[in-house]
Amino acid sequence: MPTTALFVTCVNDVAFPSTGIATVRVLERLGVAVDFPEAQTCCGQMQYNTGYPAEAKPLAEKFARDFRGYDAIVVPSGSCGAFVRDIHPRLLGSSAPPPVYELTEYLLDILETADVGAYFPHRVAYHPTCHSARLLKLGDRPARLLSRVEGLELVELPGAEECCGFGGTFSVKNPDVSAAMGADKVAHAVESGAEYLVAADNSCLMHIGGTARRSAAPVRTLHLAEVLASTKDAPYEAVAQ
Amino acid sequence: MTATAREEILARIRRALADVPKDEPAGMARGYLHEHGTRTAAETVDLLAENLADYRAQVHRGSEAELPAMIARLLTERGSTSVAIPEALPEAWLSELLPTVTLVPDSPELTPQRLDEVQSVISACALAIAETGTIVLDGGPGQGRRLLTLVPDHHICVVRVPDQVVTSVPRAFEHGRLSPVRPQTWIAGPSATSDIELDRVEGVHGPRKLDVILITAAA
Amino acid sequence: MSGGTYLGMPSFPAAARLATQDKQLRANLTRATHTIRDKRAKAVSELEDWSGLREAGKQIKDHTLRHLDQYLVQLETKVTEAGGTVHWARDAAEANRIVAALVKATGETEVVKVKSMATQEIGLNEALAAEGISAYETDLAELIVQLGDDLPSHILVPAIHRNRTEIRDIFRANMARYGRPAPAELSDTPADLAEAARLHLREKFLRAKVAVSGANFMIAESGTLVVLESEGNGRMCLTLPETLISVVGIEKIIPSWRDLEVFMQLLPRSSTAERMNPYTTMWTGTTEGDGPREFHLVLLDNGRTDTLADTVGRQALRCIRCSACLNVCPVYERAGGHAYGSAYPGPIGAILTPQLRGTGTALDASLPYASSLCGACYEVCPVAIDIPEVLVHLRARVTETEPGHRAERAAMKAATYAMTHPAAYRAAEAAAVRSRKLIPKAQKLPIGPAKAWTESRDLPELPRQTFRQWWKETHP
Repeated sequence: MPTTALFVTCVNDVAFPSTGIATVRVLERLGVAVDFPEAQTCCGQMQYNTGYPAEAKPLAEKFARDFRGYDAIVVPSGSCGAFVRDIHPRLLGSSAPPPVYELTEYLLDILETADVGAYFPHRVAYHPTCHSARLLKLGDRPARLLSRVEGLELVELPGAEECCGFGGTFSVKNPDVSAAMGADKVAHAVESGAEYLVAADNSCLMHIGGTARRSAAPVRTLHLAEVLASTKDAPYEAVAQ
Repeated sequence: MTATAREEILARIRRALADVPKDEPAGMARGYLHEHGTRTAAETVDLLAENLADYRAQVHRGSEAELPAMIARLLTERGSTSVAIPEALPEAWLSELLPTVTLVPDSPELTPQRLDEVQSVISACALAIAETGTIVLDGGPGQGRRLLTLVPDHHICVVRVPDQVVTSVPRAFEHGRLSPVRPQTWIAGPSATSDIELDRVEGVHGPRKLDVILITAAA
Repeated sequence: MSGGTYLGMPSFPAAARLATQDKQLRANLTRATHTIRDKRAKAVSELEDWSGLREAGKQIKDHTLRHLDQYLVQLETKVTEAGGTVHWARDAAEANRIVAALVKATGETEVVKVKSMATQEIGLNEALAAEGISAYETDLAELIVQLGDDLPSHILVPAIHRNRTEIRDIFRANMARYGRPAPAELSDTPADLAEAARLHLREKFLRAKVAVSGANFMIAESGTLVVLESEGNGRMCLTLPETLISVVGIEKIIPSWRDLEVFMQLLPRSSTAERMNPYTTMWTGTTEGDGPREFHLVLLDNGRTDTLADTVGRQALRCIRCSACLNVCPVYERAGGHAYGSAYPGPIGAILTPQLRGTGTALDASLPYASSLCGACYEVCPVAIDIPEVLVHLRARVTETEPGHRAERAAMKAATYAMTHPAAYRAAEAAAVRSRKLIPKAQKLPIGPAKAWTESRDLPELPRQTFRQWWKETHP
């Protein structure tokens, strides 16, 4: 039996546990016995991208230890998935990356399932976050999954390929440009007519959602995993925002 | 002795490249196409005409026999009464010019200021590239010095088709077609600028009107 | 004629703060960059072998850089054989001295210039002015910048920050100072503005004796220089005067004539988004009876050898100055070119400038951080420069070599410590969850990263239970 572990990511663990929970629910619904190696913490992307590779290396080493032996490591985050896949081998001087799969990659490439039995009767626009689109090259995987969600109306997001402006510490080191980019992303989301702006990265959604709430824009942000976890029996209930 | 700038720069480069193995093989991948698509010679000429027109050159087609009349007509339409003539331009091409048109043959005495008063110029070309709608001048027979086809506001360029047409940019660089040490001018349409709000505006300093005549040889 | 200089310019975030508030600038940039973005995509999609061309461009450039000394020596030999004279300049000051001396030797006090980023980089116009030599820019956009006593803000369209009305006003106010005045009734339609520029500059072209240019490419095997352009001012400057001086960065070299077939496809489609740009001039040394009688090539280092020494950063020297990266960059679109404080703005500027100039100033140290690492630039770069990779690499250099990072490094170390020590991690998590009600989401916080975040965004509400707490409860 291939073994599967969940890498929930530090951001999801503390700020968006609902995404981790949703990921577990979807996988278990599809018959996957997913493990959660409790020693896990963080992939080190923040340290590395801010210019501190020496402080990221111990986290790459720890990741390798914490997830040793698993055939697949599912991660509900495009940027963390890309970081583990592309940068951990560089930090550790190893040739092969850990077998990490972003959630949509796991569902479509490994489980070969596009219809995960989800029900989400809302109008949704999908934002392809930069690292999931350009580094992981997820392509149309998210759209294929979303198109099979019952009741879901997928609308086009204008300027979809444009960065939301989060960029990790960019959001606080260059707050004005970051805010301008976020405001434009929110405006596009509103323009699309969507009730929910969905993406594969909660760090981006935290920035977009925080911007939307500050300007009282009529759009909510939600992680893709939580859309897929929503079923007829247990439909997603929006948290008061 | 202090190093010259040359020696110092070369020394810096060698130090900077200390990580490069001494006998690294050249091995540059050429994974691109020699040309795009397959076309007959006639289709290639059509593509040239289409692409030239796309960038606002005026394209005309005719036979060698019709050429002199076409040239005369273009000058009349333009209202040109003076035309610069490169060395070794076929005399037959000028056989139907109206007597009101003054020929200004190129010579070392033809200064930029004098040339500025000449309204048109006629030239041959070295070759034309169909995929990019480009004419190449290399100073060969009938093409003249570079300034001759630059200063007058109207340039009539004659291309023999299909023999002077190559399909693609790589074909233009094939061995023997063009010589890198001859001064060349590559032309793809009349002059233009997009500097004002990215709005493309034709006509700044080079000839603002470019007439390209594609002539097929006599049968 | 002075324009501005880059000394003493503020760090990127400070400059960007002002720029993001300038609605006119942002509107100009958004319109301009989105237009050309789409055109470029269309031009590139015509070529099914674009990725093959891109890979070839990358390999040709890398190979050349890795044997740069050999190719420069070959180029020098060939240019000299063809009647040109080659000069070597270690830095900007030396290059400026060489050019000034060459101009003085002709007895002229005026030169016409074809757009050259290298001459902008070294501040040539200002240096010549100090020697009593007037340098007239002849590219329309550079003319607009010069007449407006301004700085260029984009590699390809340097006056992109100006709209048509501003340009008309600049022409009306300043053309008379430098030559033929603008017509009194000048309108702001692009066609009229182009015509005014044509007339103003034509008299300069016809009487110019000395021209200064850059070059897009230098071919080592033949000694040939190549200049691509649209307006015709390049052809004017390169062929009419008696003396031509070209200032070219040493990285602009390619090995052979045939290599040009790759770049003559990559560059026009990436820059002006055309199959081919209107005019390209190629010349070798001097040619009897055609063009300048005297040709001087000034090879410029000015930090390029430093850049070459960095095995990760040296890929920035592949750059062929197309500006495709600027046109897709969401940061450039909102901050504008001036915020980068360099002749090279946008993504390429963020990696080239700190390598050419070092990271010793607040401005230069801030440039590697002027990016959200979205990667759009890498996608469009015709020579596949991995700009995000170099940005992160330079950030590591900045934190190691520049002062002022002790507190940040300590914070990173503390975060790593917490992430590698379970007890510390659990304590940090518990504290975060406990404190979640203390800070209202919609509050603006007073200091540090929290201040920067909450100026424009609400904080997320932290849930009462972390994921791992939920897991423990549900998966005993």
